[in-house]
Amino acid sequence: MNQSMNVQVPQAAPPSQQGRIGRRQTTVRQPRQNLSLFEPKILGRAVIDAFKKLDPRVQARNPVMFVVEVGSAVTTIEWVRSLIDPHLQGQQGFVLAVTLWLWFTVLFANFAEAMAEGRGKAQADTLRRARTETPAKRLAPGTTDYAPGMPFESVGAPQLRKGDLVLVEAGDAIPSDGEIVAGVASVDESAITGESAPVIRESGGDRSAVTGGTKVLSDWIIVRITSNPGETFLDRMIALVEGANRQKTPNEIALNILLAVLTIIFLLAVVTLEPFAIYSGNPVSITALVALLVCLIPTTIGGLLSAIGIAGMDRLVQRNVLAMSGRAVEAAGDVDVLLLDKTGTITLGNRMAHEFIPVNGTTIDELAEAAMLSSMPDETPEGRSIVVLARDTYHQNEPHDNGAVTFIPFSATTRMSGVDLPGREVRKGASDAVLAWATARKASTPADLQPTVERIARAGGTPLVVAETRSGAKPRILGVIYLKDIVKTGMRERFDQLRKMGIRTVMITGDNPLTAKAIADEAGVDDFLAQATPETKMKLIREQQAGGRLVAMTGDGTNDAPALAQADVGVAMNTGTQAAKEAGNMVDLDSNPTKLIEIVEVGKQLLITRGALTTFSIANDVAKYFAIIPAVFVATFPQLQALNVMQLRTPHSAILSAVIFNALIIIALIPLALRGVKYRAVGAGRLLRDNLLIYGVGGIILPFVGIKIIDVILAALHLA
Amino acid sequence: MTFTFNGLAQIAVFFLILLLLTKPVGLYLVAVFEKKNTWFEPVLRPVEKAFYWISGVKEDEEQDWKAYTVSMLVFTVAGLLLLYAIERLQDKLPLNPMHQSAVDPALAWNTAVSFSTNTNWQNYSGETTMSYLTQMMGLAFHNFTSAAVGIVLAVAVIRGFVRRSGKSLGNFWVDLTRCMLYLLLPICIVGALFLVWQGVPETFNGSAVVTSLEGFKQTIALGPVASQEVIKMLGTNGGGFFNANSAHPFENPTNFTNLVEMLWIFTFGAGLLYFFGKVAGNTKIGWALFGAVSFLFLAAAVICFGAEQNGNPLLNTVHATKDAVVSVDQTYHEYALAQPGGNMEGKEMRFGIGSSTLFATVTTDASCGAVNSWHDSYTPIGGMIPMLNIALGEIVFGGVGSGHYGLLMFAVLAVFIAGLMVGRTPEYLGKKIEQQEVKMASLGLLILPLSILGFSAFAIVYPHGVSQISNPGPHGLSEILYAYTSMTGNNGSAFAGLSANTPFYNWTGGFAMLIGRFGFVIPIMALGGALAGKRIAPAGPGTLPTTGVLFSALVVGVILIVGALTFFPAYALGPIVEHLLMLAGKTF
Amino acid sequence: MASVTTAPAAEAAPAPEPRAETILHMVGRFIRPAIALTFLLTVVAGILYPLTITGIAQAIFPSQANGSLVYKNGQPIASSLIGQYWTQPQYFHGRPSATSPTPYNASNSGGSNLGPTNSALQAEIQANIDQVRKENPDVPDTTKIPIDLVTSSASGLDPDISVAGAYYQVPRIAKARGMTAAQVEDIINAHIQGRFMGIFGEDVVNVLELNMALDKAQGK
Repeated sequence: MNQSMNVQVPQAAPPSQQGRIGRRQTTVRQPRQNLSLFEPKILGRAVIDAFKKLDPRVQARNPVMFVVEVGSAVTTIEWVRSLIDPHLQGQQGFVLAVTLWLWFTVLFANFAEAMAEGRGKAQADTLRRARTETPAKRLAPGTTDYAPGMPFESVGAPQLRKGDLVLVEAGDAIPSDGEIVAGVASVDESAITGESAPVIRESGGDRSAVTGGTKVLSDWIIVRITSNPGETFLDRMIALVEGANRQKTPNEIALNILLAVLTIIFLLAVVTLEPFAIYSGNPVSITALVALLVCLIPTTIGGLLSAIGIAGMDRLVQRNVLAMSGRAVEAAGDVDVLLLDKTGTITLGNRMAHEFIPVNGTTIDELAEAAMLSSMPDETPEGRSIVVLARDTYHQNEPHDNGAVTFIPFSATTRMSGVDLPGREVRKGASDAVLAWATARKASTPADLQPTVERIARAGGTPLVVAETRSGAKPRILGVIYLKDIVKTGMRERFDQLRKMGIRTVMITGDNPLTAKAIADEAGVDDFLAQATPETKMKLIREQQAGGRLVAMTGDGTNDAPALAQADVGVAMNTGTQAAKEAGNMVDLDSNPTKLIEIVEVGKQLLITRGALTTFSIANDVAKYFAIIPAVFVATFPQLQALNVMQLRTPHSAILSAVIFNALIIIALIPLALRGVKYRAVGAGRLLRDNLLIYGVGGIILPFVGIKIIDVILAALHLA
Repeated sequence: MTFTFNGLAQIAVFFLILLLLTKPVGLYLVAVFEKKNTWFEPVLRPVEKAFYWISGVKEDEEQDWKAYTVSMLVFTVAGLLLLYAIERLQDKLPLNPMHQSAVDPALAWNTAVSFSTNTNWQNYSGETTMSYLTQMMGLAFHNFTSAAVGIVLAVAVIRGFVRRSGKSLGNFWVDLTRCMLYLLLPICIVGALFLVWQGVPETFNGSAVVTSLEGFKQTIALGPVASQEVIKMLGTNGGGFFNANSAHPFENPTNFTNLVEMLWIFTFGAGLLYFFGKVAGNTKIGWALFGAVSFLFLAAAVICFGAEQNGNPLLNTVHATKDAVVSVDQTYHEYALAQPGGNMEGKEMRFGIGSSTLFATVTTDASCGAVNSWHDSYTPIGGMIPMLNIALGEIVFGGVGSGHYGLLMFAVLAVFIAGLMVGRTPEYLGKKIEQQEVKMASLGLLILPLSILGFSAFAIVYPHGVSQISNPGPHGLSEILYAYTSMTGNNGSAFAGLSANTPFYNWTGGFAMLIGRFGFVIPIMALGGALAGKRIAPAGPGTLPTTGVLFSALVVGVILIVGALTFFPAYALGPIVEHLLMLAGKTF
Repeated sequence: MASVTTAPAAEAAPAPEPRAETILHMVGRFIRPAIALTFLLTVVAGILYPLTITGIAQAIFPSQANGSLVYKNGQPIASSLIGQYWTQPQYFHGRPSATSPTPYNASNSGGSNLGPTNSALQAEIQANIDQVRKENPDVPDTTKIPIDLVTSSASGLDPDISVAGAYYQVPRIAKARGMTAAQVEDIINAHIQGRFMGIFGEDVVNVLELNMALDKAQGK
C-alpha cells in the first residue's frame, strides 16, 4: 500500500520520476549522442593518431601488430638494400609495394583504434566544457541555512576539498560533486545525462546528490562537497569515455595471450621454412617470408581487438550508461539472472484506475461521479487515471469548475485525498483511513466492502475506498476504486526473449506474495521475490551465485548498496545516492531500470563481435596459405602451381594480393568492430550455427574471392 | 585416389566394432578410477592394499595438480634412470642368451627416454641389441607404466574439468596402481594368450635354426614376444620386439591379430571419451568429441587408403631392361587372379593395402607407433597422413591418455575462439575459460610445432642431419620431419629410412621426446588444476552447446585450421611437392 | 560494504602453500612411493607377468609358443609363419626380401624403406622385374607382373604371395615338375587363405604350404 505514497508528491512529479519509459523519444538530446560513425572531425583526428601510434612503445602493447611493424621495418630495409644491391634490382617495385602495404596494415589497425577512441574523445571534449570555470561560493563551515546576501568566499573549483560547503544559486554551475545540505532547486543535468528537462534536487532523502558540472536553474542550495578535485564524477566520466587509462578486460587479456601464442607459432612456421627451402634448393626472399608471416598471424583481430573493446564501452555510453570497468561489460554478457524492480521496470511506475466497484447498493454512476469529482484537481497519475476512467469508460461528464472546489491533497498522515464543495465532501484513499474518516462521520460500514477490498488486493491491485458526506444526507461509503498495476506493454515478449537468451528474470517487489504472484504471472517473469528487504535481496543474490549464476540488478537507494556490490552487474541509478553509485559497477544516467536489458545486450554484442572477428581472422589463413606458398616455391617446383587454386597470375601479384587483402580487410571491418555484430535473442545453438557460418565458413571463403579480385585489379593496372 | 569396396568396408567395420566397444570400456574405466567395484576386487584388492602399505601411500589422500604432476615426474625419472642403468649393464646381467653387449650411452639415453615417455622410438634393432632382461624388465616395465601414466594423467585432467569442489585431481600413486592392477594386467594376460594361440611366440629360447626344403639354413629369432606385444599395442607404446615391428609375422601373424591389435590401440582412447562424458554428467559431451575425432579418423583412413591403393605411377614406367612391353600390374583384382595391387613396397601380403593403411592411420591417430608396413615407402600423400595425424597431437581417439588431454586442449581452444560468438565469455562444462586456462592451452599448442619444426629445421641445415637421409629429394625432408614429429608426438613410428642411430639424432631426439611429453603434460595438468574447483554455471539455452554435431564440427575446424595448417608450409616442400613431382614423373 | 566479487574473478586465490615442507615429508610423499612402486611394478610387469604368460603358453600352445615350427622327417624345415628364400624353379618363390645381409634373414627383419620417388626404388623394381622375367620365360610378355612379386615386403619375411602372384609362376613350375598347369592351379586354389571375417586383409597363398603340397602331390 505504501507504494502509492512516494508518487503522490505535492507538486508535479519531477521529470526523473515522470514516465520512466518512452522518454528517449520525447526529450532533446545533446549533439554528442548523434555522432555518426564516421564524423569528419573524428576521422581527421584518427588519421593523425594512427601515425602517432606507430611509436614502437605503443605497438609493443599489442604483440600481433608489433610483429607487423617489425616486419614492415625489415622489408623497408630490404627495399633500401634493393636500391643498392644490383642483384635485387628487379625486385625493387615488388619489395616497395609489399613494404608500403605492410605499413598500411599497421596504420589501418592504428586507425581503427583511433576511430574508436575518437568518439570517446569527442564526447570527453563536450564533458570538459561542462567543467565550471566560474568561481564557487564557499561558505563558512557549519553554515546550514540560507540568508539573502550571506557572506561567501569566492574560490576556484579546483581549490574545493571534501567537506567544504558552497552556496549555489540560480544560474550558477555546481562546482563539484556534493550532497545538498539545505534547500531545493531545479537542476539542469543535461551536461551529464544529455537530458534537457530539469530535475529537482533537495536536501535529505534519495535525491540529495548533485553532480559537478550541472547547473542550478532556480532557487538555491547549500552543498557539502564530497569529492576532491580530479575525483569527481565528471572527471571519472571523462576518463572513462576517453579510455585514457583503459584496462584490458579479462577476456581480452586471455584472447591477447592466445593471439600472441598463435603469432609465435606462425613465426616458427615461417622462420623454419627457410631451412626447409634451402634444403629444397630454393631460398625464399626475406620480403616473401615477412609477407607470409604477416598474412598468417591474426592481424585482423589483433588490429581490431582494442577498437572492439573501446567501442563496446562507447555503446554503453551512448545508452547513457557508464561502466566503471570493462570487466562489468563482459560480465553483463554472462548474466544468467536479472533482478528487476517491479515498479518502473515491469509495471508502469504508477497504478491506473481499472474499475469502479460500488458497494452497499450504490449505483455505478454515483460512484463514478464521486470518484471523478474527488480526482479532478488531483494531478497525480493515479488521480488523472481515475478521471480518464470515469470519463471514457463510465461516460461521466467533467463537472464545471465553478471555483468553489477546495482540493484536499494526499498526505502521509491522512493517507487520503479529496475535495470539499459547498455542502459536500468527497474522500478517497486507503481503505482503513477512509473508513475511519467515514465512521467518524457516523457512516456505517457496508458488509460487502471488506470482501471487495480483499479481492482487489489479492489480484495484485490497490483498493481506494471512496466516501462522501452531503449536507442533508447520511454520510456513506460509495465503493472502491480498483487501482491496478499496469504491466508495461511488450514486457512478456521481452521476458520470452530473455528466456531464449538463457536469462531468468526475477521480479523484486515489496508487495505481499499474493499480489506479487499475480503481477509476476501477468508479466511473465520466471520468478519473484515478494516483501523484499535489502537482506532478502542479498540472500537471493548469494543463492544464485552459489549455483554458479551471474546476477545483474539495478538499485538506487542507500540500502541497495550491499546488494549492488554483491551482484555481478550492479547498475546504480544516477538519481540514486552516492553510496549506491559507488557500490555498483555501472551508473545509468537516465535512471531507467529497464536499461538493464539493453546493458546485457551490449555486453553480449561486445563478446560476439570479438568472437566473430577472431574466428574470421583465423579462418582467413586458409586462403592466404594457398596464395603465398605456391607463389614462393613455384620457381623451383613448377608443379606447385597445382596449389595455386585461385589461379593468381604471377608469384609477385599473388603475394601482393594477399598482403593487400590482409590490410584492406582491417579497414573494411572497422564499421563492424565499432558498431558491433547485431545481437539477436535466439538460443545459443542457433547463434553459434549462424555466426559460425557467417564468420567461420565465410571467413574461409571470402579471402579466396577477395585475393582473386585484387589480383585481377593488379593485373588490369599492370602493377605487379 | 583409388578405392575398393573391400578397402572401405574394412574401415567401416573396424569403426563399427570400435563404436560398440566404447561404452563398455568407458564404464569399466569409470569403475577403476571412480573406485567402483570391478570384477577383480576379491583377488586384487589385497594386492592393491599391500602396494599402498609398502610404498607408504595413503589411499584417501588427494593431491592438487602440482603434487600430482611432481609425483608423476619423480616416478618417471626413477624409471628412466633404472632403464638407462639396465641398458648400460646388460652384458653383466643375467638373461642374455644372445650375448648382447652394453648399449652405447647416446642410444641408451635415447631408448630410456623413448620408453619412459611412451614413445618407443627405436634407434636399434630389437633382435640384435637388447638382452631379454632389458626387454623384459626395462622395456616391458615402461610399456606398462608409461601407458598407465598417460591414462592416469588424462583421468586427472578430466577430474579438473568436471569436479565441482576442491582443487584436488586425485592421487597419482593410487591411480597408477589401480590402472596397472585392474586395467592393464588383466587385459594383457588374456590378450597375450590370444596372441600365442594365433601364433605369436612366447619362449625364453634364443632362436630356432631350420633348414629349408632347398637346403638354406635359416635362424629364426624367437623370444617372449606375446607378453610384450599386447602391452605394446594396448599401451600405445609401439616398440616392437622385432625390427619389423607389427609387420613381422611373429608379432602380427594373422588378420585376426591385426584387427585386435588395432582395436587395442584405440580402445582406451575411445573409452576415455565415454568416461569423460560419464563423469561430466552428460555422456553427450563425450560423444560430441567422439564424433569430431571419428570424422578425422575416417577422413584420414580413407585418404591414406586411396593414395596407397592408387599405387606408385612411377612404377608403371619401369620396364624390364630388355623388354619394353612388360610392366607391373598395380590394379586391384577381386576374383580369379586376386591381388591387392596398389603400392605394395614395404607392405605385407596378408594385410594388403586396406589393413596396412588402416593400421598406419590408427597407429598414428593414437600415439602408438607400431607399424605393420613401412611408412617411408608409402606414396607421398599416403605417408603424409600418418605424419599429420601425429603432428595434430595424436588426438584421434588418442593414445592412452595423451591423446585425450590433447583433444581437451583443442576443445578448450575451440570454446575460447568461437564460444564468444554466443555472447558469453567462453566456458566449457560450465567452467569459465579465462586467462590461466588459455595460457596453458596455448602453451600446449605451441609445444608441438616448436619441437617438430625447430629440431627439423636444425637437422635439415646441419650436414650430419642431412647425411643420414636415405631417400633424396623432398622425401628426405619428409624423413626428418617425420622423425621429429614422431619423437615429439611420442609416437615412435618412423620413416625408417633415416639412419637415426647417431649421437646427433639420439640426443636431439631424446630432447624432442622429453619436450613432447612433459612440455605438453605440465601445461595441460596446470589447465586441469586451474579448472578444478571452479564453480560450474548451469547449462541453459544461452550457453554454448558443447554437445551435438555443431560442436563436433567446430572442434574439427579448430584442429585443422589452428593445428594442421601450421605444418602446411613445411609439408608443401615435403610430401605435397613430392606427390606433384611423382605425378610429373620425376625421381631423385 | 560487502566486498565486490564479480564472477570471472571467482577463482579463489591460490591456496597457501604448506610452510617449509620438510625433506622428510617430500621423501614420504614422492620419493618413497616412486621407488617402492618402481620396484613392485618391475617385479609384477617385468618378471611375474612374462613368466606367467610363458608358463601358460608353453603348457597350452606349445607349438605356437615356440615359433610354429614345421617338421619334416623330424627335422625343423621352417616356421609356418616365416617366409623363406626360394630359388629353385620347381618351387613357388616368395616376394623380394630386403633383409640383410641375405634375403629372408629371420634374425634381422626389415623392409627396403625406399621412398616412392627414390630412383633406387626404380632400380630395385627394375632388377626384380628382370629377375622375375628371367625366372619365368614362358609367361607371355604381355602379361603384367603382379606388383607383389616385384616389391619388397615390410618384414622381409613375408610368407605369402597373392593368388595372382602364384598363378604367374604356374608355367615355370608345371614345366619344372612335369605337371600340367591345371594340376598346379588346383593346388593353388586349394590353399587360398581368405580374408578374416570375409573383410579384413587379402586373399593370399602361403608359399611354404604350396611348395609342401607340390612335393606331396609328387610323392616327395
